[in-house]
Amino acid sequence: MDLSTVWFVAVAALFVGYFVLEGFDFGVGMLVRLFGRDDAERRQLIGTIGPVWDGNEVWLITAAGAMFAAFPGWYATLFSGFYVPMLLILLALIVRGVAFEFRGKRDDPAWRRRWDLAILCGSTVPAVLWGLTFANIVRGVPLAADHEYVGGLADLLNPFALLGGLVFLAVFLWHGAVFVALKTEGEVRVRANRLAARVGPLAAALLAGFLAWMLLDLRRTPAAAALGVAAVVAAVLAVAANRVRREGWAFTGTAAAIALAVVALFTALYPALLPSTADPAGTLTVAGAAASPYSLKVMSVVAAIFLPLVLLYQGWTYWVFRKRLGLTRS
Amino acid sequence: MDALDVARWQFGVTTIYHFLFVPLTIGLGPLVATLQTLWYRTGNPRYLRLTHFYGKLFLINFAMGVVTGIVQEFQFGMNWSDYSRFVGDVFGAPLAMEALLAFFLESTFLGLWIFGWKKLPKGIHLATIWVAAIGSVLSAYFILAANSWMQNPVGFAMNPETGRPVLTDIWAVLTNKVALITFPHTIAAAFLVAGALLVAVSLWHVTRRPGTDTGEHRFALRLGAWVTLAATAAVVVTGDIQGKIMTEVQPMKMAAAEALYQSEQPAGFSVFTVGTLDGSREVFAIKIPYLLSFLGTGDPTARVEGINDIQARYAAEYGPGSYAPIVPVTYWSFRAMIGLGVAAALIALWVLWAQRRGRTPGNRWLVRAGLALPLLPLAASTAGWIFTEMGRQPWIVFGELLTRDGVSRSVSLTEVLTSFLAFTLIYAVLAVIEARLLLRYAKAGLPPPDAAPAEEPDDTAESVPALAY
Repeated sequence: MDLSTVWFVAVAALFVGYFVLEGFDFGVGMLVRLFGRDDAERRQLIGTIGPVWDGNEVWLITAAGAMFAAFPGWYATLFSGFYVPMLLILLALIVRGVAFEFRGKRDDPAWRRRWDLAILCGSTVPAVLWGLTFANIVRGVPLAADHEYVGGLADLLNPFALLGGLVFLAVFLWHGAVFVALKTEGEVRVRANRLAARVGPLAAALLAGFLAWMLLDLRRTPAAAALGVAAVVAAVLAVAANRVRREGWAFTGTAAAIALAVVALFTALYPALLPSTADPAGTLTVAGAAASPYSLKVMSVVAAIFLPLVLLYQGWTYWVFRKRLGLTRS
Repeated sequence: MDALDVARWQFGVTTIYHFLFVPLTIGLGPLVATLQTLWYRTGNPRYLRLTHFYGKLFLINFAMGVVTGIVQEFQFGMNWSDYSRFVGDVFGAPLAMEALLAFFLESTFLGLWIFGWKKLPKGIHLATIWVAAIGSVLSAYFILAANSWMQNPVGFAMNPETGRPVLTDIWAVLTNKVALITFPHTIAAAFLVAGALLVAVSLWHVTRRPGTDTGEHRFALRLGAWVTLAATAAVVVTGDIQGKIMTEVQPMKMAAAEALYQSEQPAGFSVFTVGTLDGSREVFAIKIPYLLSFLGTGDPTARVEGINDIQARYAAEYGPGSYAPIVPVTYWSFRAMIGLGVAAALIALWVLWAQRRGRTPGNRWLVRAGLALPLLPLAASTAGWIFTEMGRQPWIVFGELLTRDGVSRSVSLTEVLTSFLAFTLIYAVLAVIEARLLLRYAKAGLPPPDAAPAEEPDDTAESVPALAY
């Protein structure tokens, strides 16, 4: 495997990390306002992700940075071509980030309600738009021979991409509910489990539909198909584990389903990075868009040393905050 | 107005805004860590209360730095895709390293610090804030290495097929002499901002709330004033070296800093000029002889090249076109940077003098100046960035790529304008909220002495929400 492929795998791995981790904190973010019945419950919900959401978001920053460094043309075309989704994702992440920090800073219900709304929007919008974006990446978008995006916003709103947005939304909501059930005790835990039982089958079905469309119609790659099947199996197991209230297994299941689905997507995409639906010469490929061998080598050394370290101390964080959170009525 | 202009305005606005929060993150982090270390070492609760108090201000500020930082990373691809394609092979590496080495550390360990007061042993908990602070400083290093490459491209070769630079020596990029001097200059400026914040906040408490935790606030006042003074000294020393390196690698920027059109030997430095800055007419100017020669080269009698000579040289080298930046911008931003920085140091010195041996600063003007103190170094660092970035124009990568060739071709004016307006609007709203929160928490003062060491979500509810979300 040459270094450009290694970096394709690395970018995929970073997005897997991002979606598995931020996936549940997006889900929790959606639940804060919709599921938390009073301020105490909402604080309990936010408390489950309080120590980790910012670290989870760095997976995105690293993934985008790795994309920029390893495949500059991919980064350039994707971010300029998907202009409006990227803009909305940024605005949502801004609002969401400050909302977590600011909501508890004033003892005023109206103030908190506003920030809870910000957390809801800030978690929902990126979930949907990342789904839309990655569905479009694997499906392909109109590119000119010089790899510039030549489509409009309407080209990004095709049925497959819209389904992708819906899938990410449903799966992250489910992932979040399972995480809440895993991380809380008392009534919230019971209700989160019940919610996961309702959302789970629907999300799993949507995911299966999306993967089937992708793997049977758009990109027929046997390896990707196998991974897609595995993703669906993991989702089914998660539904089953949640039903018998094995919360740890349920969370492992949703995390595995997300990871396998993202890996399936990247496998289906390979060796393309962004297929062109207009001029075939516009397709960005791993070999064509990769940075120079030296640049990739430097990045490989850095990543080989520091990525395990990151996994180690982020893992430690989850260990430190492993305790379930109770409810504090004020 | 075309998409290029709007993209440039957007970059300027979002970057300046981002950098209002960054200096406090970089400078205040180690100061909070120092306060906590003092508590750890002495067990004196005064330091713990100060840690909580300034820790809160630090976190309110930190959140804004984080969320405005993501915009920066995405913006290169969104608005400057041709720039990204051109520089990716070189510029991408420090950016990715920043995320992998610095941002992960910063965010993960800050999370541990905020929520780990009761979950971690005291010593480990203290270490988390230090590691987070180191992460912030590291991130500054990588992003400044990336920026310095745009000022002084090194460690690359041109790929003749693509016409784009290819990284050949990462070590050269990371030890770029511009980076090596810009880094301490920026870090010192960050401490200047943080020190000034301590001065302003504690001065307010000492003069407006006399009798309440005066000992604690007087300690913070002295600490802040000394940090401000030491940081100013470091800013001056590093800035001086930086000026000499700049004269060497970007002579046009130095000439534009002085609006020096004709080469002079020796060259003086004008403190103030009334008239036109295009060199044609000078109504009134206060000039210090020899100073520009000294700032640029270290030799007070050396020749300093003027804009006209450099322009002629560049036109011969790079082809026809104008290679001078907008001179009034560079001229005034350079002076604003220096003037405001020096003013901050003078005020800090005055405060320090006025509070000597238990005195309470009484002079009305001093107190007012002291309360406004943090704004000065903030404005100075803003001016510094405006100078360094505008002074590089018309280049986006000095000598290699023009700014106008870096903009996204596939992005329409409407799109850039929409995003520019959206960011400006949301940033303005957040600025108001952020400023109010900071003032509110700054005025609230230290937590009560018997307060639990920071609240966690599973603790008993707090009357004033503290470090928990």
